[in-house]
Amino acid sequence: MPSIRMKAISSGDTTEVQALVQHPMDSGFVKDPSGALIPPHHIETLVFSHNDKPVFTAYWGPAVSKDPYVKFAFKGAAKGDTLQATWIDNMGKTDTGTAKIA
Amino acid sequence: MSLHHTASQEATRRTALRLLAGLGLYGITMPSIGQAFASDAPGWPEAAFKAKTQDEVLAALYKGKLEMSKDVTIETPEIAENGAVVPVSVSTKLPGVTSISILVPENPYALAASYKLADASMAMVGCRLKMAKTTKVIAVVEAGGKLYAASSDVKVTLGGCGG
Amino acid sequence: MIVRRLLAVLIAGASLGAAPAPAPNPETDRVAFQSYFFTKFPNVKHEEFGNGPYAVNAPMRKQWEEIMQFPPYEPALDEGREAFEAPFANGRHYSDCFDNGGDGIRQTYPRFDTKTGEIITLDGAINACRVSNGEKPLPLQTGVMASITAFMSESSRGKPFDIKIPADPRALAAYERGKEFFYARKGQLGFACASCHVQGAGERLRGDILAPALGILAAFPIYRSDWGAMGTIDRRFTSCSAQTRAVPLPAQAAAYREVEYFLSYMSNGIPITGPGTRP
Repeated sequence: MPSIRMKAISSGDTTEVQALVQHPMDSGFVKDPSGALIPPHHIETLVFSHNDKPVFTAYWGPAVSKDPYVKFAFKGAAKGDTLQATWIDNMGKTDTGTAKIA
Repeated sequence: MSLHHTASQEATRRTALRLLAGLGLYGITMPSIGQAFASDAPGWPEAAFKAKTQDEVLAALYKGKLEMSKDVTIETPEIAENGAVVPVSVSTKLPGVTSISILVPENPYALAASYKLADASMAMVGCRLKMAKTTKVIAVVEAGGKLYAASSDVKVTLGGCGG
Repeated sequence: MIVRRLLAVLIAGASLGAAPAPAPNPETDRVAFQSYFFTKFPNVKHEEFGNGPYAVNAPMRKQWEEIMQFPPYEPALDEGREAFEAPFANGRHYSDCFDNGGDGIRQTYPRFDTKTGEIITLDGAINACRVSNGEKPLPLQTGVMASITAFMSESSRGKPFDIKIPADPRALAAYERGKEFFYARKGQLGFACASCHVQGAGERLRGDILAPALGILAAFPIYRSDWGAMGTIDRRFTSCSAQTRAVPLPAQAAAYREVEYFLSYMSNGIPITGPGTRP
């Protein structure tokens, strides 16, 4: 399963993007059932790019909800173009996903 | 004046862009999976995210003073149905917006999220945030090198059915 | 009020034993049950009752609409489709076990099985399908089971609950036991299911809004923010039991299957909305 899901819908010159990422976004303040703190594990950056140019960058801390969601919009893309998203978390894990703009 | 523009951060930002341009490199350059607490992601404003108070966050991210502005719209629920997932959206008609940051001052770390906008970006963002208790939520919009802000209040109550 | 009267009848029937109990009539029960909720919430469209607390509380509904812009159950739907379509080791499929290949049938569960005399839930039928094809049953509370039922529920969205109680005294008895479970107080807090979801429906319990019992199962399985994950009806029943400080029963215990049968029959006519999201 890809970790990034995107819905990118173009209307006129504007493309509205919604993304849902599967990630625990552990804050570092929550204990597991045995009472041990679950170490912080969260996405730090999520970069969306169109034609290899970043169009929107999210910097996230541990206060972003589990399975994080973000919505934004940008101009200059056309239906059928590819939108790319890449996240990197505080443990150095990373994933990239793409979506066709509808 | 603007977000993340120290020389070293600019360098890492360019590195990140280069990486994005050729993602094939990622597997080689990025620390391997499972290597806990590897170095932070390029461009991530660590000092701002480690700050406990609103003032420390603003000092770490920006220069200059906040001005409360009617041109900044922040939408949050009055009572959060669950403090772990609170929808927040910020938008503005101000021109030249380069970043939008969202602060939750009652959380252990005051900065929840910071968004860097490109020239092509529209000045709006929606996301879902955790809130530890009843709190103000502050949206800071950086536009034309100035800082504009709006705030709203969210009541966070423990659930009755979820334990 | 009608339900209170019903409860009184139940208690009278149980404790005195002397008063002649009226002949069980599920259809009369259903009409009374539904009219209680339609009267309590006169502005809620009937088909909205499958949306639980969001049907009866506007500020909650607004947050839900935000969440539904990109529902957190979507990964589960994809996983469910993949799991549902994957063949078993013997080459057969889930679709071979269900009416209409499993498409658009969620609203017909639970069912009374005339062979065993037992109530079969959709989750139970999925595991029975696996076992009859030489596979191990799935864990019942979350994970792949929730994903498969999410996928199957989605194909039933908008289809009203259509639960049958066949002319078999065992079916009627199972219904009656489910009804009794629903109205009986239990646990250290002395709550019945009905305390919160009939009398208390729409009220606040700390930060939560209590869902009306009518249509309460239509949205399952659900992604609950509290769980940060999907959960099945079993997961909700066991957590409800624990939260009222009653001893949770094992998943798919006869009492849970029977109360699901009762509640689903009470919801006949209310459309399926699942999978859903809840706080």
